[in-house]
Amino acid sequence: MKSFVFPEFRIIRDEAKCGQCRGCERQCAFGTHTYDPVQDRLISDDYKCAGCQRCVVFCPKNAIEVRPTPSPYRANASWSREKMEDLKKQAETGGVILTGCGNDKPFRVYWDHIVLNASQVTNPSIDPLREPMELRTFLGAKPDVMEVKTDKGDVEIRTKLSPNLVVETPILFSAMSYGAISYNAFRSLATAACKSGTYFNTGEGGLPKEMREKFGKCAIVQVASGRFGIDAEYLNCASAVEIKVGQGAKPGIGGHLPGEKVSAEVASTRMIPAGTDAISPAPHHDIYSIEDLSMLIYALKEATNYEKPISVKIAAVHNFAAIGSGIVRAGADIIAIDGLRGGTGAAPKAIRDNVGIPIELAISSLDRRLRNEGIRNRCSIIAAGGIRCSADIVKAVALGADAVYIGTSALIAMGCNLCQKCNTGKCNWGICTQDPRLAGRLSVDIASQRLANLIQAWSHEISEMMGGMGINALESLRGNRDHLRGVGLYEWELEVMGIKGAGE
Amino acid sequence: MAMAHNAQPQLLETTGSGESMDAVEVDATNLATKELNDRLRELMLSGVEKVVLRNVCGQRYIGTRLYTPEHRKMDIEIYGTPGNDLAAFLFGHNIRVHANAQDGVGNTMDHGEIVVEGRAGDVLGFSMRGGKIFVRDSVGYRTALHMKEYEDKKPVVVIGGTSQDFLGEYMAGGIVILLGLGGKPHKGNFLGTGMHGGVIYLRGTVDKTQVGGQVDISPLNDADKEIVDHYVSEFVQRFPDLGIGKEEILKSDFIRLSAKSKRPYVKLYA
Repeated sequence: MKSFVFPEFRIIRDEAKCGQCRGCERQCAFGTHTYDPVQDRLISDDYKCAGCQRCVVFCPKNAIEVRPTPSPYRANASWSREKMEDLKKQAETGGVILTGCGNDKPFRVYWDHIVLNASQVTNPSIDPLREPMELRTFLGAKPDVMEVKTDKGDVEIRTKLSPNLVVETPILFSAMSYGAISYNAFRSLATAACKSGTYFNTGEGGLPKEMREKFGKCAIVQVASGRFGIDAEYLNCASAVEIKVGQGAKPGIGGHLPGEKVSAEVASTRMIPAGTDAISPAPHHDIYSIEDLSMLIYALKEATNYEKPISVKIAAVHNFAAIGSGIVRAGADIIAIDGLRGGTGAAPKAIRDNVGIPIELAISSLDRRLRNEGIRNRCSIIAAGGIRCSADIVKAVALGADAVYIGTSALIAMGCNLCQKCNTGKCNWGICTQDPRLAGRLSVDIASQRLANLIQAWSHEISEMMGGMGINALESLRGNRDHLRGVGLYEWELEVMGIKGAGE
Repeated sequence: MAMAHNAQPQLLETTGSGESMDAVEVDATNLATKELNDRLRELMLSGVEKVVLRNVCGQRYIGTRLYTPEHRKMDIEIYGTPGNDLAAFLFGHNIRVHANAQDGVGNTMDHGEIVVEGRAGDVLGFSMRGGKIFVRDSVGYRTALHMKEYEDKKPVVVIGGTSQDFLGEYMAGGIVILLGLGGKPHKGNFLGTGMHGGVIYLRGTVDKTQVGGQVDISPLNDADKEIVDHYVSEFVQRFPDLGIGKEEILKSDFIRLSAKSKRPYVKLYA
């Protein structure tokens, strides 16, 4: 059937500069560029281009430019180009539109409507280059009462403490499974996490056996509805276990890792036959209630000899704060909430772009709810989904989070340009693919260095912003909404976040 | 094929003589779940290989906290009714329950064997990847849901009676056998919904309306018969008190439920 969809990108090749080296042809897994020996020139097919910019970056002659094409349709505020073309694709195939990455629709980004405070005259600001600044934090349950005994200056803690994760900076790598991302990308995250004193999250695709000894100590292993690659060894090699209930990019639905991506290595890590679809059901079929969730939380505590904190990850949706309260009461040590803009390796676009609530509103509601119920100490909150810079992290912590997960940001650090074709498995940057030729493009040394650099840069910026507010420890920033003010927000939005308007 | 399971784990005596010389007895009366499992773990770490639990009453996760990096193994006999998630994440131990079991038996278990001399509740063998479960009577809803297999790990569940709805939902591997002993008809619906691997053998029959759209119903071929024969023998061995011989069970016809495709959702996307 002839497709009526127009190309999204236009490839402009400067023929004067092009040396016919065919580098672009090799770089593109979508088959955009082909060499015509008769004309001795490269021909580019705009229709195949994903807009990932790989060929542009790697052209030795700077001869290629890839530009988004303007909409070819008559302007129509209701019928955007995207709406029309998605509809055409469905009319042509009868299928669900799949996509990758996070929600790209113009929902209000609250981070950009919140400003931070700084000390002036009173309560002088602190220079993190000269004075100690504490970004280290502990994730897990804290006791209701701490009983201590002092003996000749020695302090002994009498209360039995729950296991906690120690993070040197409040930035963790979000769950991205081996299978969704390449082995090299997965290993880069692990390497950078260990180097930076933080953690990476395995997602639900298991943890390759050869990585367990070296990287287990900085791994949070996930238990999701598909239960792939889970055995007692996997659970015990890690520092924490996370039950994945929901994901910001696709709340309420499961996942299908298509058979093409289930290579022999992915199969062995997930412990399923190669080439079969790895299907994660929408719910955990042993969890239909908070009581059932509690049962799995304690099953995991039992399986790990009560040595590891158990996290529960949910997508931020309506009334989720009440569910969060239930999760804490069910025994979770950490709640991870993933907002509307959280990313994914593949999700139906209709779900990605329409389900869930922004993380900024969610953090504050959950923190407030738990405080009001007097149970905030029983768990830590990790916020995820839409963290783009250090200032977002400072704001997230001031709204009530203990730490954040970054997924999309980490991918961009490795080379991702958000072309949103993760679901095709043809990632030219070697990140979201199982094709060995493509995956080999990502160097673990370089990618992990880029990730570690990002963590270092952001951590320093966080220290600077905290110092400016006269705060020298992350603990004093947490839930400190006094340091936030809203700009251009409605009353209800300020109220949900518990912050004042600027100027107040 | 399935005969890879020929090497049998050494089973406990089945005739109430679990109190063999080296078995340690634990009285579970008034022990909380954690206390009982603390005790079991201590015993295993001290080198005990056989334990008899008396007066168990609803304590959960029995067998779950018995993973050690050295892969120690333990035989556990349970008198009384164990609570939910019996043998969740089980890592190679053998458990025999001289009573009924509750929900979540063998949840995500990796290897080992569970024998239930009675009935079991819902979600038995959920996401199980290896090992065997034998239940003398019937089981509840969502049995063997998302059961999977990998290389030499092929989980097996044999049920003497029948199951309720959603048996083998999302099933991706392994073998489930329902014997329907005592003339129990298979009344469960939505059998094998979303199934994309593994096989279910039913003694007796079901109507087409009882199975999910992804399921094929077929008669047994010779290879199937060999598998059924093998596991029915194992079942009969484990429940001598039933007084039923293998031949008597195998006299009746079986049907086979299997996935139409390993990729049920391949045509779903644009």
